[in-house]
Amino acid sequence: MSGAYLPLLLLFGVSILNAIGMVAASHLFSPRRDTPQKLMPYESGMIPLGSTRARFSVKFYMVAISFIVFDLETIFLIPWAVQMRELGWGPFLAMCMFVVVLAVGLLYEWKKGGLEWD
Amino acid sequence: MESLQPISGIWAIVAGAVKVTGIFTVLMLTIAYTTLAERKISAWIQDRHGPNRAGPLGLLQPIADGIKNFLKEETLPATAARFFFVLAPMMVLFPSLVTFAVIPIAAPLPTPVGVVDMIIADVPIGILYVMAFSSLAVYGVVLGGWASNNKYAFLGGLRASAQMVSYEVALGLSLITVLMLAGNVTLPEIIWQQQQLGMWFAFPLSLGFLLFVISAFAETNRLPFDMPEAESELVTGYHTEYSAMKFSAYMIGEFGHMVTASALMATLFLGGWDLPGTWDNAFWYQGQLISGFAADGSVIMANPAVWKTLATLAGFVAKTSFFLVLYIWIRWTLPRFRYDQVMALGWKVMLPTSLAYLMLIALTILVLDEVGVAWGFGYGLALTAVSTVCTIAFVFFVDRGRTITGAAAQRAQRVEIKTIPQPAPAGD
Repeated sequence: MSGAYLPLLLLFGVSILNAIGMVAASHLFSPRRDTPQKLMPYESGMIPLGSTRARFSVKFYMVAISFIVFDLETIFLIPWAVQMRELGWGPFLAMCMFVVVLAVGLLYEWKKGGLEWD
Repeated sequence: MESLQPISGIWAIVAGAVKVTGIFTVLMLTIAYTTLAERKISAWIQDRHGPNRAGPLGLLQPIADGIKNFLKEETLPATAARFFFVLAPMMVLFPSLVTFAVIPIAAPLPTPVGVVDMIIADVPIGILYVMAFSSLAVYGVVLGGWASNNKYAFLGGLRASAQMVSYEVALGLSLITVLMLAGNVTLPEIIWQQQQLGMWFAFPLSLGFLLFVISAFAETNRLPFDMPEAESELVTGYHTEYSAMKFSAYMIGEFGHMVTASALMATLFLGGWDLPGTWDNAFWYQGQLISGFAADGSVIMANPAVWKTLATLAGFVAKTSFFLVLYIWIRWTLPRFRYDQVMALGWKVMLPTSLAYLMLIALTILVLDEVGVAWGFGYGLALTAVSTVCTIAFVFFVDRGRTITGAAAQRAQRVEIKTIPQPAPAGD
């Protein structure tokens, strides 16, 4: 089965070369006529005020944490899902408990306002 | 009849190289012409001509665009983080070009030196490979937004990261229903199980299909989920500062994701290259290429042919094109969501629904096995009935506008304000 990965490596090589080549070729062929105004960050023609590295909403952080929890859940569900018909009822009940625990967690986050964006 | 052998040895390497070159070239051309298709269909929907100057019917427009992007002046903002600014477009481009590798595009092709699978790499991890690489694109987007050192780009990148990770959960969970029915993660086997079931998974898993399509739209940042580049709010979002080929790399990445997502939806839910009927079935089962099982459990050998490969390839292209046109069609049909609506849909509707649906389908499958329904059309019909009820209930529920505050709720609020009792004019 390891032979199946060889074309994959080849494709990786082609894709990486293509990605680098496109950006590099454009850099070689394109003219550069820089002016200080052109090199400013574009903010609809205004001179930028303040730093871009300002603080941003904590909501994005909450989403990232919730994502890790539920993406891990997906990963735990996949091995059971592909074997589900052979495994039968016992593992199904176990998975039900697992899903209920996570659903309660989601409900808690929801009721605590962790999913609100207003 | 001599048994068909998979291609091996030096010829396997030659076939692999030919497939990589061929499929990569076709993928790049498909991406280029999807941009033209998008502009042409947009024009058609808006009752105008669209690009029609470069070549007959504007058919050379993508080539002209490519040359233009190579020759345009590129800017590197003075305050940008140089290394990451250049790296980010490549990080979007790379995953969108490699994810196609595990999707089978046609029935196996017989050659004098063995049977060639029409798939770049039939790796045993299958769909997990797609999930892993398609989610890498978010790094390029958020890194590009951050490295630009531009407030619009930064907010676009942030929005993109939050949105893409949110919908990846629903995408993964709706995918699990397919894995339960197919019992394997490799895409050739998923297609094979759809042939054996006698119906495409879009019917027995209709709600999973709907959730997957919605998540795929959100994952590719297409309207109505194009929050990361909402042009009326963020100029063009995370690629505001990008020009020339680096901008083009983002575009190719986005369209590459669209093409891969379309091909994936066609494979998982519309039977992949399978054409309705049984003559084209082919699957490697214990080293033999079989087309099905006889009533007594013995295998029926497959009979691959060049014309079958070509016919199934045409079928696959048709199914993928259907989803590509759907992408463009929906772009001009639905208005953009607000960001809070996008997140509410992802976490409060899609996630609980896909979890509940997943367990319901698992229960149904176990009950059907317990009752002793044979794997086949009747099995599919029973699941179809359950899923149809779920889908109708889901659409009805989402349409009420309770969980996601929609325009209807805002109208109701306005009416409330209007009907505040006015104090009666003081009498004289």
